[in-house]
Amino acid sequence: MKPEEIAALLNEPACAHNNKSKSGCAKPAPGATQGGCCFDGARNALLPIADVAHIVHGPIGCAGSSWDNRGTRSSGPDTFRIGMTTDLTDMDVIMGRGEKRLYQSIKQAVETHKPAAVFVYNTCVPALQGDDIEAVAKAAQEKFGVAVIPVDCAGFYGNKNLGNRVAGDATIKYIIGTREPEAPAYEIPGVKRHDVNLVGEWNVGGEFWNVAPLFDELGLRVLCSFSGDSRFAEVQTMHRAEANMVVCSKAMLAVARKLEDAYQIPWFEGSFYGLRDTSEAFRGFARLLNDSDLSARVENLVAREEARVEAALNPLREKLRGKRVLIFTGGYKSWSVVSAMQDLGMIVVATGTEKSTEEDKARIKALMGDEARMISDNDQLALIDVFHETRADILIAGDRYIYPTLKSRIPFLDIDHVRRIGYAGYDGLIELARNLDHAVHSPVWAQVRSTPSWAAAPARPRPRAAA
Amino acid sequence: MAEVLTPTKPLSVNPLKASQPIGASLAFLGIADCMPLEHGARGCTSFNKLYFMRHFNEPIALQTTAMDQTTTVLGADDNVVEALATICAKNKPKVIGLVTTGLSEMQGADVPRTVKEFRTKHPEFRHVAVVPVSASDTLGCLETGFAAAVEAIVRTLVPHRPTSRKNPRQVNVLASSALSPGDLEELRAWIEAFGLTPILLPDIGASLDGHLIDQGFSTLTYGGVSREEIESMADSAATLVIGRSMSRAADALQAQTGTPDFRFDQLIGLQASDAFTQVLSEISGRAVPEKFARKRAQLTDAMVDCQFQFGGAKLGVAGDSDLLAALVDFFHGMGAKIVAAVASARACRLADLPIEDVVVGDLEDFEILARDREADLIVTNSHGAEVARRTGAAFLRAGFPIYDSYGAHADAWIGYGGTRRLIFCAANLLAAHYQELRPYVSLYKRTAASC
Repeated sequence: MKPEEIAALLNEPACAHNNKSKSGCAKPAPGATQGGCCFDGARNALLPIADVAHIVHGPIGCAGSSWDNRGTRSSGPDTFRIGMTTDLTDMDVIMGRGEKRLYQSIKQAVETHKPAAVFVYNTCVPALQGDDIEAVAKAAQEKFGVAVIPVDCAGFYGNKNLGNRVAGDATIKYIIGTREPEAPAYEIPGVKRHDVNLVGEWNVGGEFWNVAPLFDELGLRVLCSFSGDSRFAEVQTMHRAEANMVVCSKAMLAVARKLEDAYQIPWFEGSFYGLRDTSEAFRGFARLLNDSDLSARVENLVAREEARVEAALNPLREKLRGKRVLIFTGGYKSWSVVSAMQDLGMIVVATGTEKSTEEDKARIKALMGDEARMISDNDQLALIDVFHETRADILIAGDRYIYPTLKSRIPFLDIDHVRRIGYAGYDGLIELARNLDHAVHSPVWAQVRSTPSWAAAPARPRPRAAA
Repeated sequence: MAEVLTPTKPLSVNPLKASQPIGASLAFLGIADCMPLEHGARGCTSFNKLYFMRHFNEPIALQTTAMDQTTTVLGADDNVVEALATICAKNKPKVIGLVTTGLSEMQGADVPRTVKEFRTKHPEFRHVAVVPVSASDTLGCLETGFAAAVEAIVRTLVPHRPTSRKNPRQVNVLASSALSPGDLEELRAWIEAFGLTPILLPDIGASLDGHLIDQGFSTLTYGGVSREEIESMADSAATLVIGRSMSRAADALQAQTGTPDFRFDQLIGLQASDAFTQVLSEISGRAVPEKFARKRAQLTDAMVDCQFQFGGAKLGVAGDSDLLAALVDFFHGMGAKIVAAVASARACRLADLPIEDVVVGDLEDFEILARDREADLIVTNSHGAEVARRTGAAFLRAGFPIYDSYGAHADAWIGYGGTRRLIFCAANLLAAHYQELRPYVSLYKRTAASC
């Protein structure tokens, strides 16, 4: 990928960061950086497309330590969970055999697994060598009769967020608009159906399945949930939606913006975490679709679901009310989780804004007030200090923070992509509350903070009788 | 705190309980050169022998007085004398444990008088100790029979020397049947780390934890605490008592020897391990060795790492009361919710458990509770496998008998290291059992190729 292409991707007019600094996102500090690379971000964004063979073109370092590492779930095919890499060796590099090997790898993947498409992810070594994965993909597609999508996402291009953008870009460039939607298998009599997309919903732990039935009930056909539990053919039809919801605010903004530019599809940002946000998401669709009948049905559904959840949450709220929570997660979760915690009556003492946009920050302020404490530093020690300083009861963060936190004997709740527990939607909030309760109130904390009597005082010399 | 419930149903279905005679025999299996002799019909012993063989994967020394129809009606004292003499002549044991059964108790056998008769008739076997234990299977369970045998051994074999000079480096250990051979080995190492020499009564770790001996097969026990060691218990500086079922045996030992004792309900869990380590330090007068700080840190780390699995997990535990109570206390302390606790027999400790109710019952009671209260993990003996299959719960084997898992008796769950292993084991079972959200395919796509 050329520097100007990277610059173009970093220049995201729909991202509020854009007005602030020309570099798009903060540069990493060598020796003090956490978080993934461009390849990581690109593959993460596309991996949930379930019927696709995802081939990582590179030496074993890239795929070897990371294949099948996501909590994203499929209701159908599981091809995406099969780890595939060209596993480039010294000899491949020296002899310049990378492209050939990739071509043969695509052939093998197509013959063995009959995928709906093959995605090829470029990585540092072949990118540096100059492998033309685009040309290989094109040749393979013609030869094998299966769509082969090149994703040029070498790690050194930039951070994970850039990778998300690269993924979105490849999707727009090669996939969307190449197929028309199937005829719907179902209609609700008397209800006008609307076709919509979700952009940046990953179905972690199958959590979208908490929400999906409600879409059906409202007469909203999700053409494609990009990319959690999606199929290649669904991604191809995304241009036919009447409205898009961007679920992960930063990673996939460009996809929504480009769909708007090219196909005039309106979009909004939302979240399925928490009661208010889930309800707002449905209202958002009703607003964009400008359908008063839908609006009325959304309100009925919201009233019913909220009443049901409120009843289930009441006993849990009693236990969680007033507990102080420190949230450290990036992007849209920095505000969507805040709102979910507030729904539970908890006090959010601070929230992380590592990957958040200016708009995300504005949303945080709207929720927490102007005094809201935001942490942009992703240093783990500093984070633990903030935890103690703010007298928090629990830390909510991504899996990178789990062990530093637990080592500090601090209750922790994992909100990241490797978890197996679904927190989205109305039922997800109940599950979230339950897990918070267990984490905060685990009797383990008192025990592991105790000092044994034998460590405190020197041993006494003589035995004595027990009472 | 817990309400102890005793169902009044007439039929015990899928019994959890094993008999007192089997527990008493188990205690004797932890004594060197010993033969347990069950005074009853041959079937008791045959079943019990098989029970232990399947549990330990070892040959089991066990004999019977083989009461038949005639001797049952007319008196079976001669069977006892004859059995004792035969065993002495044939197997040359140092100790014979004479365990009554429901049949002989019902018959009204006067065992002490019969032993006297044996002594008169067979002075040539005067060097063989005979320890009679009253262990009717109409009462109690394996655990109480085991405890009764230990008490009888103390009363019969430990000399009455309350004021003797004590050996400051020697300690007695009375450990309940809740401790496995693996536990006892761990326990011995724990005590020895403080420069103390433990005498474990009984030591089923030394006899039933698998070893091939030079002479191949032996009709007697393969190891265990020796008669001489039992006699020297009078000279120990302290006694460590593990499990509340051992209280009466501990009282008897204290009366016999005047040795101070330290009593522990259990050795599973951080606090229990801390307390026991502290007492070892006090008894030995030594600082706690460095390695314990390391082991403790490993345990606390495991507790923290695995607490996600235990928080809110619904557990069922069934077993004899010492083991049941130890596991209930421990899992409760890890944040689990104990939804089913079933004890095989009444015990005073049950009421102290930190849960709402505990049932004295069988595996049917256990299954109903586990099913109705949706247990995620059940912990009980091998018969629980079927309960787990029917209820869909994950299954951890504990207690007696375990006949479908190799090496279960060698697992150690006590102390810092053992507790850590137990945590990993249970956490893995819970993680594997976790039910993710059920997939949902949109109605709009039900007939499409997407599913």
